[in-house]
Amino acid sequence: MSLLARPIAELARGLRSRDFSSVELLESALAEVAREDGELGAFLRTTAGPALVQAQRADRLLSDDPASASPLLGIPVAYKDVLCTKGVETTAGSRILEGFIPPFSATAVERMEAAGAVSLGKLNCDEFAMGSSNENSAFQATRNPWAADRVPGGSSGGSAVAVAARLVSATLGTDTGGSIRLPASFCGVVGVKPSYGRVSRYGLIAFASSLDQIGPLTKTVEDAALVMQVIAGVDPRDSTSSPAPSGDLLGALKSGVAGLRVGIPKEYLAMAIEAGVRGVFDQSATLLAAAGAQLVDVSLPSTEYALAAYYVIAPAEVSSNLARMDGVRFGPGFGTAANLMEAYERARHIGFGPEVRRRIALGTYVLSSGYYDAYYLRAQKVRTLVAKDFERVFKEVDCVISPTAPTTAFRMGERVADPLAMYATDLLTLPANLAGVSGISVPAGFADGLPVGLQVLGPYMGEATCFRVAAAVEEMAQVWQIRPGTKGVPEAAG
Amino acid sequence: MATEDTNTSDTRGIELPQVARLSRLARLGLSPEELERLGVQLAAIVSAVGKLAEADTDHVDPTAQVGGLTNVLRHDVVVDGLSQEDALANAASKEAGLLRVPAIQ
Amino acid sequence: MTSIWEPVIGLEVHAQLLTASKMFCGCRAQYLGIPPNSNTCPVCLGLPGTLPVINQVAVELTIRTALALNCEIPEFSKFDRKNYFYPDLPKGYQISQFDLPLSINGCLEFEVEGRVVRAGITRVHLEEDAGTLHHAGEIHNSAFSLVDLNRAGVPLMEIVGEPDLRHPAEAPAYLAALRQTLIYLGVNDGNMEEGSLRCDANISLRRRGTSTLGAKVEVKNMNSFRSIQRALEFELARQTELLEQDQPVAQETRGWSDLEQVTVSQRSKEEAQEYRYFPEPDLPPLVISRAYVEELRAALPELPRAARRRLQERYQLTADQARLIAETAADAAYFEAVVAAGAVPHAAANWQVQNLQALCNAAHVPVSGCRVLPGSLAELVTLVVTEQVSGAVAKEVLAEIFESGARPAEVVASKGLGQVSDTDRLATFIEEALAGNQKAAADYQSGNDRALGSLVGAVMALSKGTANPKLVSQLLRDRLPRS
Repeated sequence: MSLLARPIAELARGLRSRDFSSVELLESALAEVAREDGELGAFLRTTAGPALVQAQRADRLLSDDPASASPLLGIPVAYKDVLCTKGVETTAGSRILEGFIPPFSATAVERMEAAGAVSLGKLNCDEFAMGSSNENSAFQATRNPWAADRVPGGSSGGSAVAVAARLVSATLGTDTGGSIRLPASFCGVVGVKPSYGRVSRYGLIAFASSLDQIGPLTKTVEDAALVMQVIAGVDPRDSTSSPAPSGDLLGALKSGVAGLRVGIPKEYLAMAIEAGVRGVFDQSATLLAAAGAQLVDVSLPSTEYALAAYYVIAPAEVSSNLARMDGVRFGPGFGTAANLMEAYERARHIGFGPEVRRRIALGTYVLSSGYYDAYYLRAQKVRTLVAKDFERVFKEVDCVISPTAPTTAFRMGERVADPLAMYATDLLTLPANLAGVSGISVPAGFADGLPVGLQVLGPYMGEATCFRVAAAVEEMAQVWQIRPGTKGVPEAAG
Repeated sequence: MATEDTNTSDTRGIELPQVARLSRLARLGLSPEELERLGVQLAAIVSAVGKLAEADTDHVDPTAQVGGLTNVLRHDVVVDGLSQEDALANAASKEAGLLRVPAIQ
Repeated sequence: MTSIWEPVIGLEVHAQLLTASKMFCGCRAQYLGIPPNSNTCPVCLGLPGTLPVINQVAVELTIRTALALNCEIPEFSKFDRKNYFYPDLPKGYQISQFDLPLSINGCLEFEVEGRVVRAGITRVHLEEDAGTLHHAGEIHNSAFSLVDLNRAGVPLMEIVGEPDLRHPAEAPAYLAALRQTLIYLGVNDGNMEEGSLRCDANISLRRRGTSTLGAKVEVKNMNSFRSIQRALEFELARQTELLEQDQPVAQETRGWSDLEQVTVSQRSKEEAQEYRYFPEPDLPPLVISRAYVEELRAALPELPRAARRRLQERYQLTADQARLIAETAADAAYFEAVVAAGAVPHAAANWQVQNLQALCNAAHVPVSGCRVLPGSLAELVTLVVTEQVSGAVAKEVLAEIFESGARPAEVVASKGLGQVSDTDRLATFIEEALAGNQKAAADYQSGNDRALGSLVGAVMALSKGTANPKLVSQLLRDRLPRS
């Protein structure tokens, strides 16, 4: 198995027994990027120079005290370009931040760096994380490594592809309505949406403040647990980060699912789900039952209102969060604008793409006087209903499962013209963001040669249960090792 | 990359003056054609989110914060910030340590 | 004749809080006299990815102020975003408080023209200040604004007064009482010139005897107590004239011009601001326990009205003396120290407010910070009261101590300024004075009482102010029997 195809723990062992060095691991990763990423387009920019410095430092630490420190020491990683990285251009996939060099790094990035992870650069994404296919980036397209004409999913498309194509061992993405879980499912990797407040949002260029979370994308569930250990935890710089204890994620991996009550929400399964996807889901459920889990039908009746609530709350918050993008302290200048109004309009017209403009307009609308009660206030009440549904269900069962997405990766260009069709991609993932509960997508199989993910949702601050179930599914499905281009995987349909 | 199109099922637009006002409030600088297209798209989305009205939200409190946290405060302590140079590093237009913008009319 | 139109005035005051750091980040809350944009961090610059964190002391000072203004403190409060675009507002929104402020329903009592007025306080809430804008001249035929964000994020307390004021003169009196309270509390330094205390006014007119309010005009850009009164007087006249001519008063914002002494409409060509308030998602709400409120209430310092009353009662001062002594808590403490050092209260009060205060004002130092220690003033006052030094001489001595910090007894002794009450010595001065002022002496003896004054004055001059004037007067009367 090539180096970058190995799980992190194996790499950590290899580094400590001097089978290879961090620098060699980095060179291996950079070679993969050079070979594959021209086609895939996962990276917006690579930072080989600083990465080398980080790798050299890791090698020094490893030789001084091999038993020391984090399993992430010397491991190649990369970050979605909505995460601020000090001294390194951070664009959030948008022209309005072209050339923006943050003077600080996000807390999650600082924690990864403190653990010794080696960053290869910044990953492509939908502009300001708005999108489900990664087709809204202002800069370039990112392709699904399983089929070049298919989307990788969004908005953390670059993050999913970089892991799926074995360019790096782990990436950080962000999930606001499904933006980690969905591309993880489309690309056949593990993606975690932590409970809201689990990971600090300081340094994350905000999309929807009350929904955003940073999380890992990795090949295996154990790798994801290793990254979570590093990035999770309260941060005084983020008032919404929670002091709730993390729970033993690594321990949970070995617990098995015997006796666990696993709920299947009838409203989720009643959605229009592709036959192939449904087949993989049913098989996963069967496997879990065979392993001793008790499958229980449950109901989350507010699910039908979740999309509407999400598409009021998220645009409202982002319309305010993006008001700071005015071209004054950063971003494109105002050229020859004659007055201030023109200056702002010019910077924002050039700088924002159509989806961003759509959501800002929608957000401005729902917050306007006369509409606030009917839309925003009502959406926040529906949100309470969604959260209460989960609370109630998590008294009956320990977790719920569903397909992560209604389909496998769709073709590029297929949904860009129809915003509502694009939004519907997130129907299975966005309720978890409204409620703030924990979620994970784990590769569970294939349909027509394309990956299918199983979504596991757990209680608020109950990641351990999600990891437990995901680990069991991973163990039984045995698909995580299959990489794009491997023989034996049926070719993608026409 | 994204392209613009108007393939929506609902062709009834939000009135143009209203969309124009939103565009001005949000400093989006949209052209008349863009405003028209946006109006149609917005109408479709607004129609879809109108589903909210069907939910029974009587006696339900709004959730502004899922975490249930309260009283998150910091001590009143001075912490070093950025130098003037670093603060202005990303600004396109500056003069004598100040940010420069066209005058408000 | 009383006008049929009655002004209805409410003031909106913004006061910067005397915290060490800004409202939502660790930058300094003091920003004067430093290079532009040198007191910022990613948070107050509003850089992408940054988040606010609430300053605990800012909340405390606001609740303390609210308690001093007799407000109710609710159990639950939160911050909201007020969205608008302006170059001095880096995030494109201000974090403020909309529908659940830290306090509501208070009141402030103040005196104006001898009456006591009680004005309602609608609310006191907490928000962040914006940066400052400097307008540059023409550059290549375009006008520019220059932005300094040092002030952006400084904690700002907004005190909204009910429209309970009924005359322009009540506005500066209200503001003075409010300002004094804020200084007493130690929450604000009261400096209007530097902008740490700002005031806007709302004024509308209604027919006397009715309750229907007319159009509300907001008046801004009044930078002193005097401008506030003048601006409101101008508005009252302007609106009265319009109404008397049956013309409508526009509901608008007007700016006061000190230069032209008029208000000017600031209605811009843009539409009215639409702030789209919504709860700040980055900040969890505040739950304010009753125990905490009571703790803060118990720790409130003595406030101006209580201080004035106490000084009057305890030291038998007049209302005027008490008002002047208690102008600040430091002044009151100084006075009490002077009395504690042995001075007679009434005399000490006069010496402090009439003589010492004048010296301090000229030198721009507070009484509590000048070189005349309370013990020194007490000594001087006692010398005067016991007639060892005349009043006139004491004034000179005070001026000397103010400069040098020496003790009064030293100054008096070294300059031989002790008051002369020895009748033999006085007789010598008197004879000399009479010799040089024969007409005055004759006038007095023929019945002109006032002529005595000039004779006393002559003796004072000859004795270089050291003669005991009461005794001189008596001796002169004895010496010049009336015919």
